[in-house]
Amino acid sequence: MAHEHIDFSQKVIEMQNIVKKFGDFTANDGINLTVHKGEIHAILGENGAGKSTLMNQLYGMFLPTSGQILVNGKPMILDSPKKAIEAGIGMVHQHFMLVQPFTVTENIALGMEPVKGLALDMATARKNVVELSEKYNLAIDPDAKIEDISVGMQQRVEILKALYRGAETLILDEPTASLTPQEIAELIHIMHNLTADGKSIILITHKLKEIKAAADFCTIIRLGKYIDTVNVDDVTENQLASLMVGRNVEFKVDKPAMQPGEVVLDVQDLHGVDYRGVEILKGLSLQVRKGEILGIAGIDGNGQSEMVEIITGLRKATGGKVSVNGVDVTNKPPRFGFDNGVSSIPEDRQKHGLVLDFSVADNMILQNYADEPYAKNRTFLNRKAIEEHARESMEKYDIRPRDAVQKPAGTLSGGNQQKVIIAREVNNDKDLLIAVNPTRGLDVGAIEYVHRYIVEQRNKGKAVLLVSFELDEIMSLSDRIDVIFDGSINGSMLGSEADENKLGLMMAGGKAE
Amino acid sequence: MSKVEKFLQSAFFRTLISIVVGFAVGAVFLAAVQINVGAAYGKLFTSIFANAKSLSYSVVYATPLIILGLSVAFSFRTGVFNIGAEGQFVVGSMAACVVGILVPAPAIVLVPLCVLVSAVAGAVWGMIVGILKVKWGINEVLSMIMFNWIAFYLSNYIAGLPAIKSDGNAEATKNVQEAAMILLPKSVISKLGLCNSANWGIFVAILLSIFCYVVIEKTTLGFSLKAVGSNRDAAEYAGINVNRAVLTALGISGAMGGIAGAMNLLGMGQRISIFTAQEGYGFQGIIAALIGNSNPLGVFFGGLFYGAIKYGGSRLNLIGAPSEVVNVIMGTVVFFIAISHIFKFRKHKKEGK
Repeated sequence: MAHEHIDFSQKVIEMQNIVKKFGDFTANDGINLTVHKGEIHAILGENGAGKSTLMNQLYGMFLPTSGQILVNGKPMILDSPKKAIEAGIGMVHQHFMLVQPFTVTENIALGMEPVKGLALDMATARKNVVELSEKYNLAIDPDAKIEDISVGMQQRVEILKALYRGAETLILDEPTASLTPQEIAELIHIMHNLTADGKSIILITHKLKEIKAAADFCTIIRLGKYIDTVNVDDVTENQLASLMVGRNVEFKVDKPAMQPGEVVLDVQDLHGVDYRGVEILKGLSLQVRKGEILGIAGIDGNGQSEMVEIITGLRKATGGKVSVNGVDVTNKPPRFGFDNGVSSIPEDRQKHGLVLDFSVADNMILQNYADEPYAKNRTFLNRKAIEEHARESMEKYDIRPRDAVQKPAGTLSGGNQQKVIIAREVNNDKDLLIAVNPTRGLDVGAIEYVHRYIVEQRNKGKAVLLVSFELDEIMSLSDRIDVIFDGSINGSMLGSEADENKLGLMMAGGKAE
Repeated sequence: MSKVEKFLQSAFFRTLISIVVGFAVGAVFLAAVQINVGAAYGKLFTSIFANAKSLSYSVVYATPLIILGLSVAFSFRTGVFNIGAEGQFVVGSMAACVVGILVPAPAIVLVPLCVLVSAVAGAVWGMIVGILKVKWGINEVLSMIMFNWIAFYLSNYIAGLPAIKSDGNAEATKNVQEAAMILLPKSVISKLGLCNSANWGIFVAILLSIFCYVVIEKTTLGFSLKAVGSNRDAAEYAGINVNRAVLTALGISGAMGGIAGAMNLLGMGQRISIFTAQEGYGFQGIIAALIGNSNPLGVFFGGLFYGAIKYGGSRLNLIGAPSEVVNVIMGTVVFFIAISHIFKFRKHKKEGK
């Protein structure tokens, strides 16, 4: 990238020596950031490195403990988002803040509606929205309701919302988390349109590929400390990764060739409804055999969650059949599936995976609490055995901090919480492992770890069903890939022959020739 | 964290502060109606601690509150708010009353029988609500409040039946038979100088506290109930039968609510009046549970505290002070315990990022 849009004479944002403390904890320890007009500046760091804290200070959510923020060269005290917006800073949060039943125009104008006398002047608002949308090639329908448009479009609405409020600098927080490869490409294109017009963008992400594709400069933060600011053209993805975690990172997962054995999970013509009662699974069939990882690629909302909920017994199927090792588990309670060989790493680890108020030790035996040696006669708990088991597992799976055995699981970091679940499910030693977005929200080090354990299960001859919105994860781990679209499998390919474009096409409903 | 810091952040410390604030607010109200605060609080405490008699009165008052507090706390650990303890208490005492009047049997049979039927009545009362909840998703708080009223009118109906109603003019049931009463032996009462109502109930309350502690902390049943209470979704995901857990918790809670009714009747009341208004025992149990932070040992002392204040308050009239000040104190205590949770929560939220 030639940085052709950057005007190096104009510094729009300067954050100087920012320190932010919460009690004894230092979240930001002397961070510097300079963003020029027309620049895309990525902020890279693991979870908990302090990226969000830094951006929340720029967006006026809290004040720095010390340090200075300059906007267009002028020192500013940004003590509320309102101030930040007035200073020309806009933020697109990872979780969109949109009113679902409202139209695009209504959402964008919300809070600053033009008025004619006492009446709302939505015609003017609509006109402004259309103008802005055309200017940056956003192709937005101003009259569509939010609930009817795709996630990618909703994101554009959020961007428009910030522009409508006069943003000159846009903060995008993990903007690609739920987009298809095509949508990501379009977003990067939009970002370049914006910088061509003199806007600046701060991109928070931990996806190295996107930094390479989109950003001009990249500031790396590790454990709250400023590490470096690099010209993205000068570094490789691997160099970025090691700057981020402070050591070399192995991306490739070693996967010996395996001969898949007999079928463990057999799903035939599955039908099911979502929480509204609308049919979302429309005759889905798949099989997973021993010693293979079947990856399910697809965009969120095509029936993945419901499929997993039915297999694990949390949701009733309206038709079709699920069997595990030849046993019919359709519409049986979760315990039945568990007893017949189903273990799972759930999508939402804090909702389904852990009881956050329970100690780490208790979470390790959430399914087995009534079995020997954790209980006597299935009645009285054996605290000693439970604690001993937890200590061993924490050692073996490198769960930190080690002395947290009796502390609530909620006190652990996201990566360590996930390790608790993995330790538990691997210990359960079931024939089928279902993993749903197992690395969502985890940092590079933890991702590497989770991937290693998933492959290890496969190598031990277990059947693994991997459901993930991260295409890279699906492609690097899966032996076979099924693409789910609109409630059924839209196409399949071998992991070794996986091709991002073909997969992306199938994820969007197209057919591969 | 240092020991002092740990103490300052504990639920126990927050409760102590709330109690202090409760008395302070009570003092403001007493001063507002021109009553000598020192004299009133002095009377309150001397009424409680004067002698063995007054102390035993406090314990007698406290017994049903402790057991009701346990009833509320137990289901609360499973995530169910037992606002129906009042109704369970009422059906429990009525069941014990009917058996205590009608069944001719020696004490050794009659007392256990009374306690048993009261437990069953309370458990059924709790479990009906539980079934409504798990089968049809009816909010348990609403149905419990309605079941409190159903218990109220059912009790009044039964109290009016010819076989049960007092032969005299009293708007109450007959007295239960002497053999059904659980009073301490006369010799013990006179030797220790206790009040005439001193009874075995407090020992039942102690046993039930231990029972709750053991079940909650030491058993697989407690593990599953707590899992459901802390995170229903994760418990279900882990294969725990959530509906069964809710029913079990309400059954056990209901049984304790019923037993509380029996203890009150067989230890002190001896008969049941025809109510004109709900007596509010269940709600006092909720307060005991709240003071005790839903921890069995804490609830025991929470109930004891409430019982003592309730007895001491009833003596305030003797010096012309309104006994209602006790309600002001307890209301303030509850209010401050409730908002202290908010303070704790906010602190977490602020530092959570």
